[in-house]
Amino acid sequence: MDFRFSEDIEILRKAVREFVQTEVEKVAMEIEENDEIPEHIVEMSKEMGLFGLSIPEEYGGLGLDMVGKCAIYEELGKTHNGFTTLIGAHTGIGSVGIVELGTEEQKRKYLPKMATGEWIGAFALTEPSAGSNAANLKTTAVKKGDRYIINGSKHYITNAVCGQIFTVMAVTDPSKGAKGITSFIVEKDFPGFKVGAVERKMGLRGSHSAELFFDDMEVPVENVLGEEGNGYVNALKILANGRAGLAARNLGSCEKLLEHCMDYALQRVQFGKPIFEQQAVQHMLAEISMEIEVLRAMTYRTAWMTDQGMRVVKEAAIAKLYGSEVYNRVADLAVQIHGGIGYMRDYPIERYYRDARITKIYEGTSQIQKNIIAAELKREFSK
Amino acid sequence: MNMIVLMKQTFDTEEKIALENNDIREDGVEFIINPYDEYAIEEALKIREEQGGEVTVITVGPDRSESALRTALAMGADKAVLIDDEGLAGDEYGTAKIIAAAIQGREYDLILAGNMSIDNGSGQIGPRVAELLQIPQITTITKLDIQNGKAVAERDVEGNIEVIEAPLPLLVTAQQGLNEPRYPSLPNIMKAKKKPLERLTIADLSLQEDEVQSKSTVTNRYLPQKKAACRMIEGGAAEQVKELVNILESEVKGM
Repeated sequence: MDFRFSEDIEILRKAVREFVQTEVEKVAMEIEENDEIPEHIVEMSKEMGLFGLSIPEEYGGLGLDMVGKCAIYEELGKTHNGFTTLIGAHTGIGSVGIVELGTEEQKRKYLPKMATGEWIGAFALTEPSAGSNAANLKTTAVKKGDRYIINGSKHYITNAVCGQIFTVMAVTDPSKGAKGITSFIVEKDFPGFKVGAVERKMGLRGSHSAELFFDDMEVPVENVLGEEGNGYVNALKILANGRAGLAARNLGSCEKLLEHCMDYALQRVQFGKPIFEQQAVQHMLAEISMEIEVLRAMTYRTAWMTDQGMRVVKEAAIAKLYGSEVYNRVADLAVQIHGGIGYMRDYPIERYYRDARITKIYEGTSQIQKNIIAAELKREFSK
Repeated sequence: MNMIVLMKQTFDTEEKIALENNDIREDGVEFIINPYDEYAIEEALKIREEQGGEVTVITVGPDRSESALRTALAMGADKAVLIDDEGLAGDEYGTAKIIAAAIQGREYDLILAGNMSIDNGSGQIGPRVAELLQIPQITTITKLDIQNGKAVAERDVEGNIEVIEAPLPLLVTAQQGLNEPRYPSLPNIMKAKKKPLERLTIADLSLQEDEVQSKSTVTNRYLPQKKAACRMIEGGAAEQVKELVNILESEVKGM
């Protein structure tokens, strides 16, 4: 057993931490106010290579293993979650499909420009009729010679506005249900592709989700990702792959909240002494600390198992579920410790509180994670 | 243009200093490149980008200093030299001697250093090295132009700017404002592992221990006195002003 990061990871992590804490934190309030990540921050993130976290070295990325990715995600979680989401959605669900399932031609065509952030990736599964019931897609793809004609729409698609490359799931054979779904690599410039209205969200400002419309959109056959009919399985794989990363992002946000809470509790004086001296406050802080350490252990064990090639379906679901639940509990306690100021928009606490909420919903709700855990239990115990 | 940058690993500016047996405690402490040295590194990299050449970073320090050198390599430096000072109670006199010995025999047009280290803050290393190498020096520069074997540097003096011209080879020390140091990119951090890092001892530099022995002794170390706790005044602007005036009247002497 060795719970230390390798020296390489420590150095990368430190570099990301410094960038995030000096540059991104400085504009966090501005992102919130303007609902826009300043261009220079996006540019600096590209120069730093943050967009290439999950892309193999031979395609211009960093080729980090899961532990390494999680260490970076943890640092990215310690600032504005809209920024975290831009990078997270691109390096996670927005690109891992091509990394894991793409042909050599597809990888060579798309990954180098995705690694530099010139092309930003997005993942397009969700539709109005297909949320947790992801197989209930209405978007269709009909093969016509050397291309597919895709019709339909998607919604709540993260990075839709800045995205260039979309992993799109569509029904190729309606008679086969989940096995009749295929995934495609779609470029923003394909004729018939349109980005619709930007959704107005509760949080994650600066990260824009929107509708997508496909109107007789033509996609060449070489842009089928994986095999025809495997789209649903592919989507589940892509989502499963990202779960430990989401847990790591949540871990980072929780750590940042603890930092805010400690700073505040030690300096805020009530009843003649810092509120930290009140046992009720100490207990809340102890709880936050406990949740963080448990989440850390869960996250990195899952990441480590992933790197060993072990089956992590259950562990990744637990990490995703636990991480988002913990983030919400910690954000709630953080508001409580801060009191009135925690509710004010001039202070970052309420922002984390709002941003935390989506983590129990996106990339598989908490309830879906429990379904996955239970299915794995059945599998384990039915041998 | 071959450039040598003198650098030092220091405590992170965010770290709290703690004393133990009259020594500064180092365990669990985050170390960084001395911020003034970062300006020196950045300036060297910028000059190399424009004019070509090679950037070598040199440090005298314990083993842990390797990570600072690696960071400099990740920023873009070509080569690094780490001179082990294990067991040497060096001060600026000794350290400058070691550095000068390490530089002698290397080809260089320009030596850059930070104006001072944020830990000891003596600001002596750059000037001492220039003296030992018998080359001109310009300290605390905020701008540097190198053209046709000649350097023109600017430095802040009492609210004015002094412009100084000097021939190469030259040693300059960097002041805040010289540039904005780049962040090492993650791919460059990975590549930095493969760049050459030379490890030397003073024996390799044909120096005897007594030649670099400290000329000064530290007799005592103590932390500055704690400032009184900060108090936040609350309420609307009018209430806050009233409260502040009350405090000034009742608690601050001489009002």
